[in-house]
Amino acid sequence: MTEKLLQVNNISVVYSDVVQVLKGVSLSVERNRIVSLLGSNGAGKTTTLKAISGLLKPENGKVTDGSITFIDTDIANAAPEDITRKGIIQVLEGRQPFKYLTVEENLRVGTAALREKPGPEKLAMIYDYFPALVKRRKSLAGYCSGGELQMMVIGRALMAQPALLLLDEPSLGLAPLVVKEIFGIIKRINEEQGTTIILVEQNARMALRIAHFGYVMENGKIVMEGKAEDLQENPDIREFYLGTKADGERKSYDNVKAYKRRKRWL
Amino acid sequence: MEFFLQLLINGISIGFLYGLAALGFVMIFKSSSVLNFAHGELVAIGAFLFLTLVTSAKIPVLLAFPLTLAGTFALGFLIERVFLRPLIGESLIFVIMLTLGLASMFKGIMLFVWGGNLYMFPDFLPSWLSFRGAGIYVPPVYVLSTAVGLVFLVLFGFFFKYSSQGIYMRSVADNQPAALSLGVNVRRVFALSWAIAALVAAMSGIVLGIINGINVHDLTSIGMKVFPVVILGGLESIGGAILGGLIIGLLETFTGGYLSPSLRDVIPYAVLVVILLVRPYGLFGLVEIERV
Repeated sequence: MTEKLLQVNNISVVYSDVVQVLKGVSLSVERNRIVSLLGSNGAGKTTTLKAISGLLKPENGKVTDGSITFIDTDIANAAPEDITRKGIIQVLEGRQPFKYLTVEENLRVGTAALREKPGPEKLAMIYDYFPALVKRRKSLAGYCSGGELQMMVIGRALMAQPALLLLDEPSLGLAPLVVKEIFGIIKRINEEQGTTIILVEQNARMALRIAHFGYVMENGKIVMEGKAEDLQENPDIREFYLGTKADGERKSYDNVKAYKRRKRWL
Repeated sequence: MEFFLQLLINGISIGFLYGLAALGFVMIFKSSSVLNFAHGELVAIGAFLFLTLVTSAKIPVLLAFPLTLAGTFALGFLIERVFLRPLIGESLIFVIMLTLGLASMFKGIMLFVWGGNLYMFPDFLPSWLSFRGAGIYVPPVYVLSTAVGLVFLVLFGFFFKYSSQGIYMRSVADNQPAALSLGVNVRRVFALSWAIAALVAAMSGIVLGIINGINVHDLTSIGMKVFPVVILGGLESIGGAILGGLIIGLLETFTGGYLSPSLRDVIPYAVLVVILLVRPYGLFGLVEIERV
């Protein structure tokens, strides 16, 4: 059995002291694994990631209960500067490039959390994973395409040599072929660099294909968890997240009234 | 022709000073989007600190100069630490109000300590710095201000373009949440930008003090002059700050020389309006990259 890298234990998160978003979320992540976190909008996936990376703080959010243990220290409510220095880097939803910096300068910012700045071989490694970035290295990020930007921000996070990479919807707003390419690269990063990854996705089919383990969130709680293969076979997941009927057929809208599966965990 | 050349040279050296003063203003705006209304006060504090070190403490000029710069650098750090840091995360308007408050506080302290009189630096610039020939005479202080302006322009250009800290500062200005997510120390970036701003402000204060004498009201009003300069050059651009300074400096001296000295404070603003009509983001301001 591989060791646990991150253990989130029964955390509650409250924004502005009143809005409770997470209600007792627990999950554990083993080293060198891809764990995907699925769920509809507003389920609390992004909040879970931000609780781990410490980015709740600037948004006036707080972990009010529970603990987040990374390797062997509790990092709940720590400052983002400290958490990134421990090796947890989050790639924010919606890409968030530095628009007025060139692609290469964007990548250089990725080394901010490192005490010792890596040499040019690190940049070469990023360009090896994302060859599309090479010819754009000198151009302003603001003028790059969505796919290039998503590659750039993942590359930027990789520059920090993270032990744990948090990816928030890398497929957002991208063409299916680009999504496929990026997911392939994510899998390669996990296999070749040994980077542990938590992947938040709406695209459940893609996410479960590359993940080892999955959690399903709804209304600020984890409602289901299991190995990725098992989840793919699970009739509820098939119905609600993969768009196929429980018995494997494509969902048809002809007889939609005849039988509607209920979410039994609600 | 000689008159023209003389005005041109005066304009350029005054312009570099304005540009230098504006540089500090741009530093703060670039990293934290804060308009610092206390900038003129920082200019004056630098000049007075230098004056005190040279005249009262009798420290040699060559030592007093770096001491002043170090002192104002520390002051900038302190301002950020004590006054600005508690406001991180608050709405920008509060921060701007705070800088207004800081402006009156500093002005009050300076009036209290040094009074409203006009002081003069002892004459310490060597005469070999001056330039005479072709019927024009450039006093040493003008040569000094041009040289200082050029050196700092190049220095800051390299700092922002190539150094890691410079790139971090630009990243914070660009997208603060993303910078935080990568572990950029945003508080350090803010502190550093205030420290550097106070330092260059002091620098321009000292040189302006050599030219015009040192007086609280005159020097703090430079803070207001910085506005047309930075708006002209673009609020985010180092090169724009220097160029804006040069344009305002030249406009001032030429209107003063050819039209009437009483118009010299008006014409720059009139030209400013015209330029802004054509380029609303200033000559070198960032054109908003909008993804649709």
